[in-house]
Amino acid sequence: MNIWLLLLVVAMIFLVIFQIAKASEYVSVLKGEKKTRSQSNKVNAYLMLAFLILGLIGAYWCNESLKGQTLFAQGSASIEGEKIDSMFMLTLAVTGIVFVITQVLLFWFSFKYREKEGRTSFYFAHSTKLEVIWTAIPAITLTVLVVFGLRHWLKITGPAPKDAMVVEITGQQFGWTYRYPGDDGVLGKRNYKLINPEANNGLGQDWEDKANHDDLIPTTMYLVKGKPVKLVIGSKDVIHDVGLPHFRLKMDAVPGIPTTLWFTPKWTTEEMREKTGNPDFEYEIVCDQLCGASHYAMRGVIKVVSQADYDAEMIKVKPNYFAAFPEKDPAKQKELAPVVADTTKPAATAAVVVPSKSKI
Amino acid sequence: MSELVLNPELAHGTHDAGHHAHDHEQSFVSKYIFSMDHKTIAKQFLITGIVWAIIGGLFSVLFRLQLGFPDQTFPWLEDLLGRWAEGGRIKQEFYYALVTMHGTVLVFFVLTAGLSGTFSNFLIPLQIGARDMASPMLNMLSYWFFFGASVVMVSSLFIQTGPFSGGWTAYPPLSAVGDMSPGSKLGVDLWITAMALFVVSSLLGGLNYIATILNMRTKGMSMTRLPLTIWAFFFTAVLGVLSFPVLFSGFILLLFDRNLGTSFYLSEIYVQATQQALPNEGGSAILYQHLFWFLGHPEVYIILLPAMGMASEILSTNSRKPIFGYMAMVGSLFAIAILAFLVWAHHMFVTGLNPFLGAAFVLLTLLIAVPSAVKVFNWLTTIWKGNIRFTPAMLFALGFVSLFISGGLTGIFLGNSALDIHLHDTYFVIAHFHIVMGVASFFGMFAGVYHWFPKMFGRYMNNTLGYIHFWGTLVCAYVIFWPMHYEGLAGMPRRYYDFSQWQSFKQFGDLNQLITIASIISFLLQLVFVFNFFYSIFKGRKVLSLNPWGANTLEWTTPLRPGHGNWPGDIPEVHRWAYDYGKDGVDHIPQTVPVGSNESEQH
Repeated sequence: MNIWLLLLVVAMIFLVIFQIAKASEYVSVLKGEKKTRSQSNKVNAYLMLAFLILGLIGAYWCNESLKGQTLFAQGSASIEGEKIDSMFMLTLAVTGIVFVITQVLLFWFSFKYREKEGRTSFYFAHSTKLEVIWTAIPAITLTVLVVFGLRHWLKITGPAPKDAMVVEITGQQFGWTYRYPGDDGVLGKRNYKLINPEANNGLGQDWEDKANHDDLIPTTMYLVKGKPVKLVIGSKDVIHDVGLPHFRLKMDAVPGIPTTLWFTPKWTTEEMREKTGNPDFEYEIVCDQLCGASHYAMRGVIKVVSQADYDAEMIKVKPNYFAAFPEKDPAKQKELAPVVADTTKPAATAAVVVPSKSKI
Repeated sequence: MSELVLNPELAHGTHDAGHHAHDHEQSFVSKYIFSMDHKTIAKQFLITGIVWAIIGGLFSVLFRLQLGFPDQTFPWLEDLLGRWAEGGRIKQEFYYALVTMHGTVLVFFVLTAGLSGTFSNFLIPLQIGARDMASPMLNMLSYWFFFGASVVMVSSLFIQTGPFSGGWTAYPPLSAVGDMSPGSKLGVDLWITAMALFVVSSLLGGLNYIATILNMRTKGMSMTRLPLTIWAFFFTAVLGVLSFPVLFSGFILLLFDRNLGTSFYLSEIYVQATQQALPNEGGSAILYQHLFWFLGHPEVYIILLPAMGMASEILSTNSRKPIFGYMAMVGSLFAIAILAFLVWAHHMFVTGLNPFLGAAFVLLTLLIAVPSAVKVFNWLTTIWKGNIRFTPAMLFALGFVSLFISGGLTGIFLGNSALDIHLHDTYFVIAHFHIVMGVASFFGMFAGVYHWFPKMFGRYMNNTLGYIHFWGTLVCAYVIFWPMHYEGLAGMPRRYYDFSQWQSFKQFGDLNQLITIASIISFLLQLVFVFNFFYSIFKGRKVLSLNPWGANTLEWTTPLRPGHGNWPGDIPEVHRWAYDYGKDGVDHIPQTVPVGSNESEQH
């Protein structure tokens, strides 16, 4: 649409409103202050009532049409998130009741006690009893919410289960890098001064540390359904945030200060596709901390799969050590019985990534 | 007697510490520009605040256009913004600059300076019965430092690399390293300079307000007879004076990190753009967040308390009924002020904060809901069985209470760390703080403007325009921010330029469009207010009665257009509290009326 035309229309509307407002002011002067006041009191009191009723209907309608699009419709995708959902529902119930009661009272009182000829207000300045009651009730209610909240908070921020797999996730402008500890179950040392993308060392892995030699850097984060995972979170440049809305968790990625987060995925990506009816569903990693111009495009993907699929996927990933030093890759050393080396080595890698009983 | 009227300074005895020039001897410059009259300074703050509100609001309309219509182009945007909107679509760098400036401008320049600066200045001397502030000179400097801050901030909009674009919280390393983003270059230095000037302004003002309230109350005006507005301004000033210096120190360290090679906030950083590792090691980016939020959270109450105070006063006056539970109101203001200093880390639950420390902050954060709830119940009881006059000011005060309830309750979700870990930095947060701090405080401010406009300019604002402004804005505020809660519950993150590539969030396209349209309408409605304000200064209906609202407080005992010094004769003596409405069947008993012998007991 032509912007000038639009501005002209807006200006005309302004002009009309202004003329009405001016005219009504003259009318009110003619009618006298008292009559005008009683009239505007009446109109506004009824508008108050209308706003209350339409507002409550609107809030209900908004809930009906939007609740299906929130994550609560599909349920938490992590076991730890279930408690967060139930906490949310509890808080919603408590605040919802308070919300309806206080808003209804506010608008109802406004309507009911509008100024009327011959009525005087009720001189009521103080009541210790009432004030004690409505200090105590919120205090008790909030104590309940705090107790529930903190019990769960201390559990999910406590140490990860012993059998949890470990994945390192590192943010940078504007993407994520995932690193798995490989055969030895240990993430190798890193030094940010060794970062050199041209030498295939985007994380600054210290090759002096042997633990680095089997570390895997896949392009997608694979997790196993039902298996706890501990994320070790870091950043190479500015503060990012690993946001996992489906799992109900998030944690900042701070340069120089590693953070951690653990959870247990409940459903595979495929199961979620069926549950949500969206064939393109992905567990997305959302950057939740403003990190620069392309912050909004800093997307990562987590694939939750069964243990068998996980092993099959991880077999395909080669340690980053071989990308940095191709000459050391056993696959490249053709003279050394390539077929045998190819199948045994990566299979072992995949299995030992998860040092637990569920090895295949 | 005529001698006394002409020389008000001579007449009032010990209350006046400052020296004033007479009105009729003042030049234009000393009367309207470098004025030391608190009323003129208040108007300067208000008008500068209005200008900033239009700019800040326009910024939000521009970035809402991008959010609501991400796949459309608007050629006129290029005419307006030049290379920042090449092809009619706002560039992502500039989108973040708009978001950052919107936040900075609205939080500091409008809702701190424009709200507290205006009404603290205007009402403190008038309502406590003083000729002026304790130091009119510092008061004047307070405004001019604010003006200086404004000039620097505006200038940052026009530089080559663009204004700062790292969010109003300015977290390093994004704000500390120029190579991280174009907006992190000169824009940050200008932003920090402007904010430093703003802190100076705010400290000069705050110290002045505290000194004035404590020392310059008129005879009989004991602390417990102060109107609640003054109590609110008092706690606001205390919060500002104790927390702004911490922010200042945080900014200075940031400036050192940027320009002098220190490592307060920097450690182990590799710059993608230049492919270089920075030498800085051992700093903590989280340290900045502690320093920032040590102001940042009290700042929320710096914005909100004046609105609470004015709403209390206006609700009571227009209900023709005393404020319910005066001492509880003062007590809860006090509790909020104390707790405001002990909750800052609830902004940092997901930074890797020690979970046990986080737990302590959860407890303290939810504790603050108790005094807030007390205030709401007291307001409700104040209007209960009242005789309500729906002036535009009263409507905005009632709207304030409604918004404060709506936005306050969502704070209970966010203050609980176990829920915050899901909702943090999503649209749920946007909805929460815009309703409770942004719109609610704006409503408090509008209530104040409509209510005290007659005292400021000797004329009324147009009521019809006021009613249109109120109802339109109330509806728009809820239409804009209510559905955002649902986006937040889907995990939709704030500060995103475009959601179309996200499986998890792209379902909200239509909703975002609706919100954008509502925000444009809302912006236009504010222009109705701006027009009404400036038009009424010159052409409004003249005020003929000294006390148009039938209020009890002292400002309505001054002449229609009070000169510098406020009362031409003696400063009136105060005999009672400010809320004797409807007592013993009398409509209202001003504070200056002595207690009668057959009057029923005080509150």
